[in-house]
Amino acid sequence: MTQLDGIVKPKTRRSKRFMESRAPKLTEDVKRAMIMKGGNTSQIVTEALKDIYSLKKPDAVLYKKKNIARPFEDSTSLEFFSKKTDCSLFLFGSHNKKRPNNLIFGRMFDFHVLDMIELGIEKYVSLSEIKNSKCPEGTKPMLVFAGEAFDTDNEYKRLKSLLIDFFRGPNVSAVRLAGLEHVLHFTALEGKVYLRSYRCLLKKSGCRTPRIELEEIGPSFDLVMRRTHLASDDLYKLAHKQPKALKPKKKKNISHDAFGTTFGRVHMQKQDLSKLQTRKMKGLRKRKGDVVAEGDGQEPKVAKVEK
Amino acid sequence: MAACSVEELLAKAEQEEAEKLRSITVHKELDLDFDVGSLLACDKNRIESRDFRGQKKEDFLRALARDNTQLLINEIWKLQTERVEEAIVAKLPEPSTRLPREKAPLKPRPPTKWEQFAKLKGIQKKKKTNLVWDDTAKEWRRRWGYKRAKDNTKEWLIEVPETADSNEDQFSKRTRAKKERVAKNELNRLRNIARAQKVKSPGVGLLPKAQQSRDELAQAVSVARTSTASAGRFQDRLAKEKAPRNSGKRRKFEPLIGDFSSERQKQLELLKVLDSRRPKLDITKAVNAQMRQEDREEAAAKHGRKGGKGRAGRGGKMAGRRGKRGKAEGGRGGGKKRGKPGKR
Repeated sequence: MTQLDGIVKPKTRRSKRFMESRAPKLTEDVKRAMIMKGGNTSQIVTEALKDIYSLKKPDAVLYKKKNIARPFEDSTSLEFFSKKTDCSLFLFGSHNKKRPNNLIFGRMFDFHVLDMIELGIEKYVSLSEIKNSKCPEGTKPMLVFAGEAFDTDNEYKRLKSLLIDFFRGPNVSAVRLAGLEHVLHFTALEGKVYLRSYRCLLKKSGCRTPRIELEEIGPSFDLVMRRTHLASDDLYKLAHKQPKALKPKKKKNISHDAFGTTFGRVHMQKQDLSKLQTRKMKGLRKRKGDVVAEGDGQEPKVAKVEK
Repeated sequence: MAACSVEELLAKAEQEEAEKLRSITVHKELDLDFDVGSLLACDKNRIESRDFRGQKKEDFLRALARDNTQLLINEIWKLQTERVEEAIVAKLPEPSTRLPREKAPLKPRPPTKWEQFAKLKGIQKKKKTNLVWDDTAKEWRRRWGYKRAKDNTKEWLIEVPETADSNEDQFSKRTRAKKERVAKNELNRLRNIARAQKVKSPGVGLLPKAQQSRDELAQAVSVARTSTASAGRFQDRLAKEKAPRNSGKRRKFEPLIGDFSSERQKQLELLKVLDSRRPKLDITKAVNAQMRQEDREEAAAKHGRKGGKGRAGRGGKMAGRRGKRGKAEGGRGGGKKRGKPGKR
């Protein structure tokens, strides 16, 4: 066993299940986030971290203690934490004179930092300040991005992808129509990003589709983009590579025509048509004297002999 | 007349429809991009800074959000719905936004040695039944595991086969054979894993590690020295390197048919010792051991005066030695009785 370091073989069922949950899978589960504080944090930053944690519950861990780390200079401690807790998203909040009220959103690929974007909080209204009834925890939010910058600017595109990753929630096959309550709206305007969180009320309209009325709950942020650390293009492409098994299998030998009829193609081996098994029609059987008296046609009585 | 009224009716119907839909239609210059599978909508329309810079920032944002959410809800309501336990549920399609994965995709496991062989020979896996009929217990029992059908560990009688030694313990032989099989299986399993992970485990030698201990380095050096064509016999040594001890054969056996006279001598001596009924003792060895012990005790006493703490271990060791000393003393006493004076 000493010769195989780094390979931990599980000795119990429970540890085996644990190893399997951490192993790379074909279709991955929801990404977990770790929310941590830096060496010095302000009141705004701690409240902001708590609010984002409540938005991302239960797929997030909030660390209480401060971590003296600088993600942009040295990301090894972040990678270590991510390996320990199996979280591929992180949010690091800090505060200093040069960068007040700083939030660093980041994601990992294979436990190495893929993208990191630093956002500064300009204005912040917390969950507790807005006195409304909130959405239950764990509801899948609807995400809306507005503004041209999210499609034109490269950094904003990455930010959009990162925010989708962060707030998307688990991948579901069906959603309860009455349960679509939470909306997160991101607007990119004049170099700032505005995050607003609303609760959606479905009102009666004349037809089946309801009319939406929004009520603001939840934290609202006015963010400004500071530094970024984006992954190189080939690493980004590598991270997007899907395993082959996920590609939908092409159905071969099936075709449809314009009328909706389905045609199938069957491949056969070469057949010897003389030995073909068909229905036996006694009348058509070859008779003994058939070849000799071809033109005559007076044989039936003779033929009845053979059986 | 009828035609007019039909047209009128149609126009009215259209108007009513429009009225109804007004509450949910939103006018946008550019259509939004929807990814219903992940409940996402992207609005690419230009936002007029004029509207925004007014006092009503929040209201502007809220109105914008309302419009976009309305469009997204319209899209969601177009999906197929079904009823699941008194709730109406819409079936979502697969999400179309491509996001990076968490971990690299798993490579398929390479086939094991057996799997390669089976593929080569065309051996198929045969599915076995879980339960097997047990004649002795007259019921269905598991094929393996607790209370299995043919459990040979529970046998109280094992026949000694003709080819085996009659004094051999067949039960322990069975358990030993089982242990060997288990160990071999485990070794093969680990080797398969190592092959899968491509961890090169050398047959003799060490794996590269961050920190090697002194013993491991010494082992590595000796392995490297002997892995030459002449097994390290003509290998030059460094200036301070010591010659390796304990190399070569560990045990020496006499040839079967060799010196008859020496063999005879050995056998006669053995008989004499068996005959003598006195314990065989080497006096010199015993006395030397005793002297060594006394030296150690003196040194320990000196250190004990100097160092105080941490000599408890030494004390423990001394207790062990005391036992030996007792024996040696006894031997010495015995030797004295026999009349051979020992060294003093």
